[in-house]
Amino acid sequence: MANADRPVAARKLSVEGVSKWFRTSRATVHALQDITLSVQEGEFVCLVGPSGCGKTTLLDIIAGLTKPDTGRVLADGQPVEGPDRHRLVMFQEAALFPWLDVFDNVMFGLRRKSGLGDRERRAIAERHLDLVGLAKFKHAYVHELSGGMKQRVALARALAPDPRVLLMDEPFSSLDTLTRDQLYRDFQAIWQSRKLTVVLVTHNVREAVCLADRVIAMSTNPGRIRDEFKISLPRPRDINSPELASHAQQVAAALRSYVLREAAA
Amino acid sequence: MRRALVAGLFFAALILVWHVAAASGRWSPVLLPTPWSVVEYLWGAARDGTLLEASEVTLQRLLVGYAIGLAIGLPLGLLASRFDFLEDTIGTLALGLQTLPSVCWVPLALLWFGQTEHAMLFVVIMGTVWSVVIATDSGARSIPPIYARAARTMGSEGLDQWMSVILPASLPFLVSGMKQGWAFAWRSLMAAEIYVTILTGFGLGHLLHYGRELNDMDQVIGIMLVIVVIGLLADKILFSPWERFLHRRWGTGLRG
Repeated sequence: MANADRPVAARKLSVEGVSKWFRTSRATVHALQDITLSVQEGEFVCLVGPSGCGKTTLLDIIAGLTKPDTGRVLADGQPVEGPDRHRLVMFQEAALFPWLDVFDNVMFGLRRKSGLGDRERRAIAERHLDLVGLAKFKHAYVHELSGGMKQRVALARALAPDPRVLLMDEPFSSLDTLTRDQLYRDFQAIWQSRKLTVVLVTHNVREAVCLADRVIAMSTNPGRIRDEFKISLPRPRDINSPELASHAQQVAAALRSYVLREAAA
Repeated sequence: MRRALVAGLFFAALILVWHVAAASGRWSPVLLPTPWSVVEYLWGAARDGTLLEASEVTLQRLLVGYAIGLAIGLPLGLLASRFDFLEDTIGTLALGLQTLPSVCWVPLALLWFGQTEHAMLFVVIMGTVWSVVIATDSGARSIPPIYARAARTMGSEGLDQWMSVILPASLPFLVSGMKQGWAFAWRSLMAAEIYVTILTGFGLGHLLHYGRELNDMDQVIGIMLVIVVIGLLADKILFSPWERFLHRRWGTGLRG
């Protein structure tokens, strides 16, 4: 490879020829076919596609939670061997720990980050609870929070250890519309102020267009990348704006066309 | 308040029915003593120390057997929930042996250990371990795998993950395993005390047994009541604090 030694400073993540099969006793499912994708530093990339297109599997592979059958993932130029706190994952269910209060949940990742004193960790946790607007709830337990509040805590927990990449697996899909719209606004503000590198998986096209710099459209059988859409709308974006809707229509039309082509074939 | 009143009335009515039946003279007082004569027996046994001594002997046996049962059962159950080869071996064994009523261990224990404390301890441990293993194992299996996944992405692996995720996540199931174990240990010990006749200490089970031999129904019913009360108190003292703690942290629904 001619460019093997090229510095990859700006290329935060690169997925190179990744394929994955799932074998069950009945059948083998080709979950991902030859996925190649790179994400720049500070870029917000959304993977959209119908269920079964392997988008969550791809996110798991980037996180290091699942091993690909072929290909590899590089993070900051280093091959991904397993999960690593530099690539934190935020899940669809908040996955908060019920035996800890809100504050200690946010401290969980921080406690495992070296080079910080206890006071510094506490200060960082407080600051992140403030950032997501839950400073008042630091001593609440998880079951006392609403769905939206849980995802805010999960966001604070994921951001507090300052990961290089934030991986999000449909983090807003279980919330009601009003809560979700508010979270889109808040999350955009946080993302802009931190210039985080984010890969977000969703089946909600509008959500993808609202948040992403680049939307990657995937299709099923086998799961693969079909198109890329650059979204250059000014930020912050309003999920209900007509401009956004017309972009979303484009993406949605593309996603529909894959399904139709597949049905015809 | 209202519910306490209803419960109080219910039990008052139950005792009244008992009294009326006993006083009607239809049944021999040897077979159906009045509530009052049972109270008289309990009062006498409490004053001459029989009751306290027997309760002490019984509780000591129970606590030792229960502690050993937990020390074996909780770790085994937890490990079986995490490792398939243990589930297929220990888990299957536990499932089989748990169906064996604890009194069925008595003949084996008597042949192995004779009429000794060891025989009794053995019955209690065998009655406890398997139910603890099963309750802990099946509970810990229902821990959402997403906790471990989230912990891994935050840099928690291996021993740290066991200590700070798997163990605390298992807490409700450990408590329900302990509760299950307590109920089984109590039942096993009563079976053991009724069938294992020894001179190293008269437990409640023995008092029950001799009540039958002496045709003393006051004693039989009185001791049965004591056994019920001890069971209820243990539940309150041993498990209520845990359950309140879990209730506060986990919310409703996940209580053992």
